[in-house]
Amino acid sequence: MSMKAAGAASEFWRNPQWKSPFHDRIEALMTERHWYDWAGYAAPEIIDDAELEYFAIRSTAALFDISPMVKYSISGPDAEQFLNHLTLRDVSKLKAGRVQYTAWCDDDGQVLDDGTLFRFDDSTFRLCCQERHLPWLMDTAFDYDVTVREETDEIAGLALQGPTSAALLRDAGIDVSGLKPFQIAVLPKSLGRGHISRTGFTGDLGYELFVDRKSAGALWDHLWQHGTLRGLRAIGYHALNIARIEAGFIVANADFVTSETALRSNRPRLPDEIGLDWMVDLTKPHFNGKRAIERSRQSKSRREVLVGLEIEGNEPAQHAIVYHAKRREVGVVTAGIWSPTAKRNIALACVDARYETGDNLWVEIYALRELRYHKLMKRARIVERPFIKLPRRTLTPPGDF
Amino acid sequence: MNKPYDVIVVGAGHNGLVNACYLQRSGLNVLVVEKNDWIGGAAVSRELTPGILYSNCSYVCSLFRPEIMRDLELAKHGLQIIAYEGGAVFKQDGDFLASYRNHHAHRREFARHAPRDGEAYERYARDVTRQCRFIQPLLMRTAPDPASLKPRDLGEMLFLLKKFNELTAREMADTIRFWTMSISDFLDEYFEAEVIKAYLAISGIIGTALGPMSPGTAYVLLHHYMGEVDGNVGAWGYARGGMGAITRALSSSFLASGGTILTDAQVSKVLVRNGRTTGVVLENGDEHLATTVVSNADVKRTFLKLVEEPELPGDFVRQVRNFKMRGSSGKVNIALDSLPEFPALPKGSPCIRGDMHFTDTVERMERGYDDWKAGTWSADPFLDMMIPTTIDPTMAPPGQHFMSCFVQYCPPKIRNADWTDADRDAFGQTVINQIADYSPGFKDRIIHMEVRTPRELEAEVGLTEGNIFQGELTFDQLLFNRPIPGYAQYRSPIAGLYICGSSTHPGGGVMGAPGRNAAIEIMRDLKRNASHASPAHEIL
Repeated sequence: MSMKAAGAASEFWRNPQWKSPFHDRIEALMTERHWYDWAGYAAPEIIDDAELEYFAIRSTAALFDISPMVKYSISGPDAEQFLNHLTLRDVSKLKAGRVQYTAWCDDDGQVLDDGTLFRFDDSTFRLCCQERHLPWLMDTAFDYDVTVREETDEIAGLALQGPTSAALLRDAGIDVSGLKPFQIAVLPKSLGRGHISRTGFTGDLGYELFVDRKSAGALWDHLWQHGTLRGLRAIGYHALNIARIEAGFIVANADFVTSETALRSNRPRLPDEIGLDWMVDLTKPHFNGKRAIERSRQSKSRREVLVGLEIEGNEPAQHAIVYHAKRREVGVVTAGIWSPTAKRNIALACVDARYETGDNLWVEIYALRELRYHKLMKRARIVERPFIKLPRRTLTPPGDF
Repeated sequence: MNKPYDVIVVGAGHNGLVNACYLQRSGLNVLVVEKNDWIGGAAVSRELTPGILYSNCSYVCSLFRPEIMRDLELAKHGLQIIAYEGGAVFKQDGDFLASYRNHHAHRREFARHAPRDGEAYERYARDVTRQCRFIQPLLMRTAPDPASLKPRDLGEMLFLLKKFNELTAREMADTIRFWTMSISDFLDEYFEAEVIKAYLAISGIIGTALGPMSPGTAYVLLHHYMGEVDGNVGAWGYARGGMGAITRALSSSFLASGGTILTDAQVSKVLVRNGRTTGVVLENGDEHLATTVVSNADVKRTFLKLVEEPELPGDFVRQVRNFKMRGSSGKVNIALDSLPEFPALPKGSPCIRGDMHFTDTVERMERGYDDWKAGTWSADPFLDMMIPTTIDPTMAPPGQHFMSCFVQYCPPKIRNADWTDADRDAFGQTVINQIADYSPGFKDRIIHMEVRTPRELEAEVGLTEGNIFQGELTFDQLLFNRPIPGYAQYRSPIAGLYICGSSTHPGGGVMGAPGRNAAIEIMRDLKRNASHASPAHEIL
């Protein structure tokens, strides 16, 4: 036995929360010092002013660090087949240079996560998501000629969102005029090895840029430099969360419980129960969870639905109980805000499937004001998601704001 | 003639004292008799070399139930638990596997050894937590008698069935597998890295005479995971002042409520007349009378030594004899003049303040078990080693340290012969040599050591064969089968004689639940108000 001194040793206890490639840039701007933990990385909740950060998303341009998003590189001759086995949508319909919003399930049809699938070419993909799935991916990859590798820490990601984002990119020498929603382009070489896609989590005109870690700082500086006249502002999750609720997007383990993290076996949900039914392609060959989803559809055993609610009044209904006829508990609000753009009190809620028609739904809101609760019973109507629809989100070429 | 007591508790271990505390607080007059001239049983801290306090047997605390700490006001009586924050397995190639309290640090350290394992850990933690959530509510309840038609038994049986019935088909399958499979097979379903499996297998074998590849060891792991430190589920901690601090706080609580403890009082017989107990007689001939006697001794010691065999049903005696209580471990307590160095650990690592091990593969653990089966201690033993004085300054003078080494495997007899002092010393040397392999200059730091084989554990603590759990925690000896089918509710064939030690449901570890549950049964029989025993915490 050798007695080596600690060389390649782990010192993870010193800094259990890792720094994103943009950490120093963000920290320099951060007057609020409000960090939260995003999958093991320090991420900003608020940079300097949550309201101004929100309005940057809707009125000018906002820069949000998405590097902590879990990323898997999936490549090899069987990559398409493997991903078709893994996910709900038909990957053979995903062309090279396109992005697919998708989800994947366990064998019981319960959703493991949702995320975005980037196809760079025939055999090279990237899967971006909230939770960690390496064992699940590797187990599914059994028998496929495919390489699955976690690359979260190697790839820096920035979301540039808002009406002036396309103009800003043009000023920065990145031509996105022809880029359609969910389309990918290669970044100019001068900015490092990477891609830009017309994707985002805001329901607004916006792009996501991915580069190798070492090019991250320069990319930030480059965008920042061209952002001054375009109202660019770095934002934290607080502002982004408002925008994503307005856009009707769901967040794993906030609006639904993922099947691999649930301690209570009745908590995970089928795609049909969280509004992802449109993704399920039963015509493609076998995929994980297919039989269970089919069975549930045949027996109509869907227990819950995820719906958008418009609630009377202006008091946000975060985590409020949903009632039928003010008496019977039928669900819970998973995310509730006053929408600054829709000027409405909106919410996402999980509701007993028997009440999905939405008649006579109410939410009970406890509003604490100077140590006294105002107990409000407010009428809730089920409405279409997204709560706001902005033509500029999909307009190609994008508008020049 | 001594004045009669309402209750005599035989043995001042933690369960005996918990039991005595609850009974005394119900207004009964309770006497605790302890054979040693100190109290504590296996939760004991003694100063065997000047200035240094050992945790002579049990050495960490997690399972002790918070409901009991609250009911018996143990914080007021001086009990402090200090959570510790790490641990390490030293590998033979000079590297190590650390464990950290921080989830991300822990995950990343696992990923350093195998990228997949870092993420598999989350799935593993979920599955084990699910199993804990199922079993935990059963700890603080008397196990039902499945043969009984009494409403309470039917109710409890229904509770058990309902708990089981709430599981999905997949969970039922997982639960049955989990309760019966080996820890090695269980871990193979999650992890790739040998050192990670070796680290996690530890909880599956501690205190049991089974190897990591023996069926049933996955459940033992669960038993070690159910604890908490001040609400921090799964956390392990040190009792400040050593494990004896727990029994010191219990005895202080007991005395404050008016109880009496008699030490140096070895019981020679439990008195029985017409199928009823009438008290105990001590080795010195003193008789103490009580209509209720509670034995904190293990089931074999209680019914094969303390009670005359003719008083017991033959079938019962046969089953007591068959109860598996095989000693599998020893303990080496070491006083050190300075903090040992482990060059594998980076400077400042918190791992030295936690549990440390030198067995880096499951295979090595199993080979260690092979030695036990052959009737000798493991030549390459498994150690659960801690240095509590890195965070508890009360146990040693500044600069000096107490190191606790739990050692497995170590048989109750050496090739069917009794242990000799030479055997014991050789066993101790095996342990010291293993540590010294990873810590240069270790041997020169030793001031004093206490080597305890099953022989010493049986002679001093009274644990038959030195089994730390007062009986194996295998599925055939759990719930309504612990210790004997039909006698799982702390009662015995002798009216007025009860058992309250770890031989009873829910089993070993410094948990206190057997003592408390037994007290509730006794108070029920004596028609006492038991409202001072708070119900188990809810698990939502």
